[in-house]
Amino acid sequence: MSGFGGFVLRRTLGTVITLFAISVIVYVVFYATPGNVAQITCGPRCSPAQVHQVAEQLRLGDPLYVRYGHFLQGLLAGQDYSTGTSVQHCPAPCLGLSYQTDQQVMRLILTKLPVSLSLVFGAMAVWLVLGVGTGVLSAWRRGRLSERVLTGLTLAGQATPVFVIGLILMIVVCGQLELLPFPQYVNLSDDPEQWAWNLVLPWLSLALVEAAAFARLTRASMLETLAEDHIRTFRAYGVGERSVIGRHAVRGALAPIIALNANTFGSAVGGAVLTETLFGLPGIGQELVHAVNVVDLPVVVGMVLVIGFFVVIANAVADVLYAVADRRVVLT
Amino acid sequence: MSEALAASPAPAADFSAAGASGARQFWRRLRAQRAALVAAAVVALLVLVALAAPLLTAVEGQDPTTYHPSLVDSARGGVPVGPLGGIGADHWLGVEPQTGRDLFARLVYGARVSLGVAIAATLVQVLIAVVVGVSAALGNRWVDQVLSRMTEIIVALPLMIMSLALLAIVPGSFPRPVLVALVIGLIAWGTLAKIVRAQTLTLKQLDYVAAARLSGWGTWRIARRDLLPGLAAPLITYSALLVPMNIGVEAALSFLGVGVKPPTPSWGQMLTAADVWYQAAPQYLLLPAGALFVTVLALTVLGDGVRTALDPRAASRLRVGTGRRGEARADAGTAAGTDPLRPGTPADGTKEATA
Repeated sequence: MSGFGGFVLRRTLGTVITLFAISVIVYVVFYATPGNVAQITCGPRCSPAQVHQVAEQLRLGDPLYVRYGHFLQGLLAGQDYSTGTSVQHCPAPCLGLSYQTDQQVMRLILTKLPVSLSLVFGAMAVWLVLGVGTGVLSAWRRGRLSERVLTGLTLAGQATPVFVIGLILMIVVCGQLELLPFPQYVNLSDDPEQWAWNLVLPWLSLALVEAAAFARLTRASMLETLAEDHIRTFRAYGVGERSVIGRHAVRGALAPIIALNANTFGSAVGGAVLTETLFGLPGIGQELVHAVNVVDLPVVVGMVLVIGFFVVIANAVADVLYAVADRRVVLT
Repeated sequence: MSEALAASPAPAADFSAAGASGARQFWRRLRAQRAALVAAAVVALLVLVALAAPLLTAVEGQDPTTYHPSLVDSARGGVPVGPLGGIGADHWLGVEPQTGRDLFARLVYGARVSLGVAIAATLVQVLIAVVVGVSAALGNRWVDQVLSRMTEIIVALPLMIMSLALLAIVPGSFPRPVLVALVIGLIAWGTLAKIVRAQTLTLKQLDYVAAARLSGWGTWRIARRDLLPGLAAPLITYSALLVPMNIGVEAALSFLGVGVKPPTPSWGQMLTAADVWYQAAPQYLLLPAGALFVTVLALTVLGDGVRTALDPRAASRLRVGTGRRGEARADAGTAAGTDPLRPGTPADGTKEATA
């Protein structure tokens, strides 16, 4: 077990280094661009005096590494911001201040985060059930008509951009059939039932696209496992087909599914931006699009860092789960 | 996918050793797959339409940007005049609500943007991936460490988020389609670079490369003469799958209003505008949605076909098989396993296409 503990430790260390590197890259890309950074950060309607203040706040006179150090210090230990008349304390992890809205970026993100987490994790449940289910079914029914139909559907699902699926779902289900009202976000703590009903369509649109990859992967790795010798032995001993599929073949597909799930998390975060914008869900994605459109740089940078943080953590967790699920993996 | 690519230098050998006959073999294997053939025809048609966009619109007598206020009913909020959204001899697919711009012209010019941006982005991705991947595989331990770490980080950055953010800070004067292609290209090369590195490491072990090194060839010459041809198969396979993914990303960015900006027509952008018109002018929504769907589907199926044609395992199944072609093609998906070298890295290159 010490080997496993060491693996987790090394993986954690690697994750911390990756996170640090991402913060450096993001900082350099966005705060060391040619052009007037203070003006861009402050927003187009800032007065020269305000721009000057922002420039001081960002320490634009200092060399880049000092500025980054300052930024990192805020991230780890918090920071004080003077907003002209008063001093505002921004506790760690401080992602800075949006000069356009006078709001702390971290606070803004925290108010939007539950919406995005509801969306992505709900969709994850849907795409896992749907994708793995389809994959198992089509590996089982291999060569029959039902398998071909499933393969066709999977391909179609994969080829449809998430916002097209969402748009069509919304028009058909809410507009034409009037089965559901147009989605409006309700807090989980306020009314769990309404929360779920309003998220059905966003979950589906996000999950349908991602499910396709799981269906293909599950099908492929199950077929691979089914062709292996030990499965033939099970069959020769008279183990039922249901048990062969359910107990043994699915288990072989588990590790790759875990790995794919981590990567899908990254792309689903991107898909969530589209889904939130389309359905008007007040999550991080919608806020990011807004911040991009009005060029609110501190918000953009903060969101990229937070989202990157989640994706990196998801990958690290998946690596550990992968090692647990597949003992053949050599821990390095 | 990278498992099959990285672990099997054989498709590479087809290209480097057999040359022209390798290409012939590739065509024969591609032709054996009906779905891939149909997809190839659709893709060819789309490319043709995109290239001939000015010609086609000239034949129609329209252009994508002229407003036709007389063709929309301003009393009814700008709904196109006439049946089916104003379809007729002058406007083959009708006109846009509110502005009256010709939909056919916007659609075919949109194909230019979609395909152009996606292909340009793919070229950028391939270029960076080859440089980084080959350098990492051939360089010393430090070069490899630095480049591999860099690749890991690039892979970890979510493409949609990064491109959204990057597009925010670039001044608006920069030509937008070029910018979108560059941004997508500069962010999403990580997976391909990993594949190139793995494949180069495999090729490096082969006898003919060792022979070249023993006969005193320099690293650069070996890379150019011996390794690049061997990389052709994985590069072609993977870029065939990158193109539909990039189309999806461009459409998504334009849909969000940060990609290609009006008046340049783009399918994603048309969808945003069409959102509210689905009842009054459904074809306004269905045309770009259908165009995107068909294009991405055709490119994906073609990409799968190319992969099968270049994968000797799948291809042999194709030839010896029982005539169930669909099965052989789908089995190429077996490759969608995980990279055995790195736990936690599923190798299905198409996953981001879903964004």
